Amino acid sequence: MNSSTLTHLEALEAESIHVMREVVAEFSKPVMLFSIGKDSMAMLRVAQKAFAPGKLPFPLLHVNTTFKFKEMITFRDQIARELGFELIEWINQDGVALGINPFDHGTQRHTHIMKTEALKQALDHYGFDAAFGGARRDEEKSRSKERVFSFRDRFHQWDPKNQRPELWNLYNGRVAKGESIRVFPLSNWTELDVWLYTHVEKIPLVPLYFAKERPVVERNGALIMVDDERLPLLKGEKSRMRKIRFRTLGCYPLTGGVESDADTVPKVIEEMLRSRSSERQGRVIDYDEAGSMEEKKREGYF
Amino acid sequence: MVGGEDARAGERGDELSRLGIERWLERYGKKELLRILTCGSVDDGKSTLIGRLLHDSAGVFEDQLAALKKDTSRFGTTGEDIDYALLMDGLQAEREQGITIDVAYRYFSTPKRKFIVADTPGHEQYTRNMATGASTSDLAIILIDARKGVLPQTRRHAFICSLLGIRHVIVAINKMDLVEYSESVFESIRSDCGEFLAKLAIADVAFTPICARKGENVVFGSDNMPWYKGGPILDRLESAYIASDQNLVDLRLPVQLVLRPNLDYRGFAGTLASGVLRVGDEVAVLPSGRKSRVKSITSGGTECEEAFAPMAIAITLEDEIDASRGDVFVRPNNAPVLDNALDAMVVWMNEAPLTPGRQYLLKTLTLTTPATVVDLRYRMNIETLRSEPAAELGLNAIGRVRLECVRAPAVDAYSVNRKTGAFILIDRLTNATVAAGMVVERATVEEAVEGRRRAHDAATNVRVPRIDRSRVFGQVPFVVWLTGLPRSGKSTIAERLEKELFAAGKRVIVLDGESLRRGVSSDLGFSTADRAEQGRRTAELARMLSDQGLIVVVATVSPTAAIRERAREIVTSERFVEVFCDAPLAVCEARDTDRLFARARAGEIANVTGVDQPFEAPTAPAARLATTKQDVTEHMKALFTVFAARGFVVR
Ligand SMILES: Nc1nc2c(ncn2[C@@H]2O[C@H](COP(=O)(O)OP(=O)(O)O)[C@@H](O)[C@H]2O)c(=O)[nH]1
Repeated sequence: MNSSTLTHLEALEAESIHVMREVVAEFSKPVMLFSIGKDSMAMLRVAQKAFAPGKLPFPLLHVNTTFKFKEMITFRDQIARELGFELIEWINQDGVALGINPFDHGTQRHTHIMKTEALKQALDHYGFDAAFGGARRDEEKSRSKERVFSFRDRFHQWDPKNQRPELWNLYNGRVAKGESIRVFPLSNWTELDVWLYTHVEKIPLVPLYFAKERPVVERNGALIMVDDERLPLLKGEKSRMRKIRFRTLGCYPLTGGVESDADTVPKVIEEMLRSRSSERQGRVIDYDEAGSMEEKKREGYF
Repeated sequence: MVGGEDARAGERGDELSRLGIERWLERYGKKELLRILTCGSVDDGKSTLIGRLLHDSAGVFEDQLAALKKDTSRFGTTGEDIDYALLMDGLQAEREQGITIDVAYRYFSTPKRKFIVADTPGHEQYTRNMATGASTSDLAIILIDARKGVLPQTRRHAFICSLLGIRHVIVAINKMDLVEYSESVFESIRSDCGEFLAKLAIADVAFTPICARKGENVVFGSDNMPWYKGGPILDRLESAYIASDQNLVDLRLPVQLVLRPNLDYRGFAGTLASGVLRVGDEVAVLPSGRKSRVKSITSGGTECEEAFAPMAIAITLEDEIDASRGDVFVRPNNAPVLDNALDAMVVWMNEAPLTPGRQYLLKTLTLTTPATVVDLRYRMNIETLRSEPAAELGLNAIGRVRLECVRAPAVDAYSVNRKTGAFILIDRLTNATVAAGMVVERATVEEAVEGRRRAHDAATNVRVPRIDRSRVFGQVPFVVWLTGLPRSGKSTIAERLEKELFAAGKRVIVLDGESLRRGVSSDLGFSTADRAEQGRRTAELARMLSDQGLIVVVATVSPTAAIRERAREIVTSERFVEVFCDAPLAVCEARDTDRLFARARAGEIANVTGVDQPFEAPTAPAARLATTKQDVTEHMKALFTVFAARGFVVR
């Protein structure tokens, strides 16, 4: 009888299901932020399990910066059709009107306006009081202290000094009017856990995660894919076909690929085990000073 | 540096090449999860230790290491060496002050286990943060600086670990390099710790001498301490036996949500706090007491026959009964105390102090109810570990309170159930989480009996008035269950226990397996089925007698874990004290005065435990008595310590 023990993936999944159900029980208008990446897909699978045999009791929100990889958008729409969940796409129209792009305005401003601001607009517009995000504590140092229920004030600000202690699996979901929480059900998962789960659960992913010949240019040591004609080629730059895959997905001009032969989930896992390079390396956004992610988080970026 | 720091990473690579990825995934994709808390004072080397664990087991990625080298030159305190402590810090402001002030979670894994490390700081908010980290941890590593030895904070850390119910502790004696790797220093610290750790009733304690800075006895061994044979910390982390820490006896399924996707399906979704549930089982829902049977169980959308804690499941029932968020499914004969009043230890976590008379929101399992602090019994002085009278509890204070809840929560004692005995208090105005609480056993007989009766009534929907004999007896009833091989000393212990309890003015009765077999169970033999029935009858008797306020001492072989679990279920965990009379078979055979073993060996009789029937030793008894030595007085001491810790009898 005492042989009843869960594997670590089962334990993580159970914990995440518990978190999601708590949120649905205690909040009036939750939403799931859906970035189309592998973490979002894992989170989506957990959510389906949490509320089976019913449908998801909340919509999915995709904040589109207009610079996402084309394949991401195709995949998003296909998944939404197949699984039949409610998908909300939000684009910061002010940003579009101003023609905001990462090339002329810099990555920081682009991200701030098209992602951080856009997200706040969407949350305010719909009046969501809880937003699920797929972030994990192992991604980056400043996240290691993040709560599962991360409290935000009326202005979506995160105050690192004023977070609630979290004990056992007893989450305090009480908020005043206008305040909200960001919820991270996958807090305790690592990158490897997400991949293992993807493998075990046979979760479909955007093909960009798998190695394929793709047109790329090399910039500051990062391999940037030429996904459309908007990418301005610098002097002397020429797009070349190289076999690459992406460890993380975002705006294509800000996301570096890695050379790879891994074209299946097990092969990706194998490469990951053999290499010792963490996933955020591919994210141009993190290459600022140490602590920069934390500043962005204070402003309301995830 | 101890040779080959990439050895583990290399091992993993080799294993991968040998097995191929598909088989590797099959084998290592299913690890166990172990949650660890690290505690130590400032500068004990805690962060360095965790940094080492992560790095040497190859959990640190290369680009993080590059960033670390950059950080070391900015903030580091180690000069040229990489400062592994910097891996642990998170928030910029803290880093600039050179301190950590919150709980940070870290992850690493080996082929055997995935580890979640809760790193808590050694000063200032230590109590609050340690309690937070400890609440979810299975095991704690307590750091001691070899040069300083046991300090008041060492006791404090150990106390908080035991208060929060951690059952496994590794005491890591660090900076051994600074005391010339001296065995005698290690030994003297070990014996200093031994004393107070024994009082705290932490079941599993191990001591390891380490040098975190150089990674000695952390992931790899150490050539400098050949006298130490216990293995590095990682080995202990990989082998700590935690499977029995999960309470699989008392069924508690709190309703989180009612799922009603269509008219045909009405599922109660929740995370099993404890216990095992099977399709067809009879369940009662608290507080209404309505009963039904489990029709289906789904886990992650897939139907299954059986579920156990901590699975997140949804169940449907045979009958249409009402249950909603905050209610709890239990077994009809094993229900928790349902009472508006509850006694608890609380750790206060807010600047605004706890003051008696104030109302808060109490959240336990899925129930949130207003609750008033009606009494502050005492504050724990955590320097001296003594209780003292107090008018309020300030930030980081620990005290014992009584709460009066608007809705009676279905709680158990925290010592029996870490899930259903835990709660948080929330400030009604600021919504801040102000306290962590742990339910303690009822202090007096009246309360115990009263609470039990209400729970019993609620679960069975019968209201039979009962004469409260125990009120007259003035004692808390409980059941001591002595298990062990034949001739292991159970009867001797039972007899002596009866004498001592009687001398202390207690009403006590002994149920001896052999005498029961002459009467109550004269129809039973020694087959597996008959032994199970014998166990059941004994347990039912024990329960009836203890219901009447008596202390019951049971002495019976009860050779299998299943028999003893069933007994625990019948008697209820709260009252059940499992005691293992642990004597090797050879010793028992040597005491074979009535030739029981001799005849079994000669084939004259069958089904003798130890000879042709197995004895499954209990994995986590409340007490283990080494009954090979003739020191019954020592055994009595040990038992009375356990009784006192559970709040039963104080001599
Ligand atoms: N040396 C030694 N003998 C013991 C101890 N406990 C019990 N005995 C002896 O072992 C024998 C068997 O004990 P008993 O209580 O009859 O065993 P049971 O029938 O299996 O419960 C008796 O002679 C006891 O005196 C102990 O701790 N040390």
